[in-house]
Amino acid sequence: MKNSIAERVYDFLKNYPPFNILKHEDLMVISKQVSIIYLEKGDTLFKKGDAFNEHFYMVRNGAITSFHTNANNVQEIVNISDAGDIFGVRPLITKEKYKLTATANEESIVYAIPIDTFQLVTQNNASVYKFLITAFATNAYDPYTAEETGKIFVDYLPNTAQDMVYFQTANYTKNPITCEVNSTLKEAAIQMSTYKIGCIIVIDSNKNPLGIITNSDIKNKIATGKFPIETSVTNIMSSPVITSKKGLTVADGQLLMIKHNIGHLCITKDGTVNSKLVGVLTHHDVLASLGNNPAVILKEIKRAKRTRKLRETRLKANTLLKSYLEQNIPLSHIVKIISKINDAVTVSAIEIALKKMPTPPPVKFSWMAIGSQGRKEQLLFTDQDNAIVFQDVPEADYEATQAYFLELAKLVTKSLNKIGFEYCEADMMASNVEWCKSLTKWKAQFESWILNPDEKAILLASIFFDYTSVYGDKMLVDELSDTIYETLDKTSLFFKFLGRDALKNPPPLGFFKQFLVEENGDQKDLFNIKSRALMPLIDAARLLILSNHIKDINNTSERFEKLAEIEPNNKEMYESCSYAFKALSKFKTKQGLLHNNSGKIIELETLTKEEKLKLKRCFKPIHEIQETLKMRFDLKNFM
Amino acid sequence: MNFNWLFKKKQNFPDFWNDYLHAFNSNIKKQEPITNTRFIAFDTETTGFNKKEDRILSIGAVAFVGKTIQVNNSLELYLEQDIFKPESVKIHGLMKTGSLEKVTELEAIKLFLAYIKNDVLIAHHANFDRNMMNEMLLRHGLGKLKNKFIDTGYLYKKSKHIIYQENLKPLSLDDLCKELNVPTVDRHTATGDALITALVFLKILGRLDKRKHLNWGYLLDK
Repeated sequence: MKNSIAERVYDFLKNYPPFNILKHEDLMVISKQVSIIYLEKGDTLFKKGDAFNEHFYMVRNGAITSFHTNANNVQEIVNISDAGDIFGVRPLITKEKYKLTATANEESIVYAIPIDTFQLVTQNNASVYKFLITAFATNAYDPYTAEETGKIFVDYLPNTAQDMVYFQTANYTKNPITCEVNSTLKEAAIQMSTYKIGCIIVIDSNKNPLGIITNSDIKNKIATGKFPIETSVTNIMSSPVITSKKGLTVADGQLLMIKHNIGHLCITKDGTVNSKLVGVLTHHDVLASLGNNPAVILKEIKRAKRTRKLRETRLKANTLLKSYLEQNIPLSHIVKIISKINDAVTVSAIEIALKKMPTPPPVKFSWMAIGSQGRKEQLLFTDQDNAIVFQDVPEADYEATQAYFLELAKLVTKSLNKIGFEYCEADMMASNVEWCKSLTKWKAQFESWILNPDEKAILLASIFFDYTSVYGDKMLVDELSDTIYETLDKTSLFFKFLGRDALKNPPPLGFFKQFLVEENGDQKDLFNIKSRALMPLIDAARLLILSNHIKDINNTSERFEKLAEIEPNNKEMYESCSYAFKALSKFKTKQGLLHNNSGKIIELETLTKEEKLKLKRCFKPIHEIQETLKMRFDLKNFM
Repeated sequence: MNFNWLFKKKQNFPDFWNDYLHAFNSNIKKQEPITNTRFIAFDTETTGFNKKEDRILSIGAVAFVGKTIQVNNSLELYLEQDIFKPESVKIHGLMKTGSLEKVTELEAIKLFLAYIKNDVLIAHHANFDRNMMNEMLLRHGLGKLKNKFIDTGYLYKKSKHIIYQENLKPLSLDDLCKELNVPTVDRHTATGDALITALVFLKILGRLDKRKHLNWGYLLDK
């Protein structure tokens, strides 16, 4: 009997190794026996310690993460397989339990290939086995060679990478650019500019390092007029240089730099200034090998040319986040860094998408982040919420212009999804025709929300009012803001609606100071920290800041701090709101990292008494701010 | 008392039809968790849209339990028909005389019923496929399909966020594939469309599961 599906499976498999070297009939036999498995993001195909399956796998769409769980229950990503990659090949090589867990990194379709059928038709095919063994070896995780794989997969082992890298040999620049001791500064500067470097080493006739000239030396000593440009390098250089032997570790290098307050180490043959210069280790080299540094992550994001690279880099940010939280770094600082990174990822994704478009944008536009990214409160991967506003065009061109930006938005949202930001469930994305429109149409949209508030308008307003321009022409967004504030002056009804919305979730404490938990069905005994604790604060802050006509502050805790500034008699309450918001966000983020989800649902059972108390303390400000809203917007009879 | 008169009509039915009906007597289906249930996604290619005049040219079906679809357990039937409409060839590509192995209508019915058993059927714009199938069963003196049906078009609309439901136009299978990012290979062959429908269904289920709507009442309610 004809089997069209098997034929399509065949069409796909034949493009990828090891199937591309099989004979047509053999591959057809295999194709007929394949199972097609659909996986949602986060679905697990097999777990570490599971008995081996009768199948190995190839990704058809999406991506599968293979990770190892160490003794401390920390996940270390070993590999991410994309379309056309095989994984889970262990049972083909050795009949042992799985050593890795395979989970869908995004929504995926995989082909499960039955091992017995595969072995039957490939029995004597040496090149097939050679490929499989190589594939197995590169993906296998073996604790004895962790250090080695650590080097190969330094990108993929975010959790221990930092510790391991610290004790690796520092990767310094070999054959550094040098100049002779009798050169002039001008000659040295020309060299530096030719090689696009920030420092040059001055050496003597034995090639021993004498001194170093950096950009700041030139700035401080030449540009200020202290020395003429034709002066000898010896007048400008810092001397003596700090030296070290070859083979120093990253940690040692960093220590030496901190100790001497310098940014460059000269590596010499015997480690002293009296031997030949072999290399230079810069502060940047140290940071780059640590990888876990926001500046380096940002640089990598900016350089990324493909979505895959962005995904790898964004994963590092999660590790960074984890270590920041462990080190108790202030949340406001963490939030700033992570939102910078998220914005940079978005910008890169847009730039990559723009390159894929057949033509440049027909008119100016701005990509707006809305919701939590707009408020710069997005710490973990959450849903993407975004919108596009583009310059007004003549009526006749409108449809074509909108179609262009919709196409662009599709590309961007798709790659953001690949990076880890899930599609917005409510479809509040620039790829939705409703949220991709011209400035005039956006103005009309906001006007209609403000002047004709109803439940739907308020629901949308609560997301769209927290917009911020991430890419493109900020002027468009500023103009939109102006119109919004003008319209807000025309009505007070809108504020009442927002107020009512902000009060819909009272603080989650019951009569006996018990937690109010979700009462319905599946969420029973779970505490929704987002809707019960964070949203009331977010909503209150938005309402108060809008009614005070303050622009360009989107972050909830910053909004409360601003409010404390302009209403000194309520300072204490606003500050406690700001504090509560940060504490609750931190709580949610930690829970999210622990359970590998958004962290918004908390099982009360799993909390310690101390944590419960901490949570409860945050509810008092929620109660107070809600009472204030009730008074200020006269909501008693509006509920 | 003798109830034979009640069953008299049934006794004229061929065995395969009685077997098919028999499977519905035990009504345990609804109690089983959705993830353990066998679903059948199917599609038909026809000579046109008139259920009286037009004929089924091809039936494709895939079965799945959980999220796994087995390729070797799919159904792909091509039917011998006297009615032929050249204008529909450009859609389904099935010609009157081709090299494909064909079966009679009756044979196709037997194979189809044996394949679907009493499982839940899934189709896009299910009413059309259901009507075509029922009409064919009628021509052979049989009753209507007894299986529960789920329409992916309807289910998708229901799964959408409430703020968009009101202005959602009826969606074609192509629209759904675009929305849900399902690769459209082999569109407009019965088996290809059946597989696509199955994937669309699984993706919608995933969305519903996230919102804890995944229960039989929600799926089967009309």
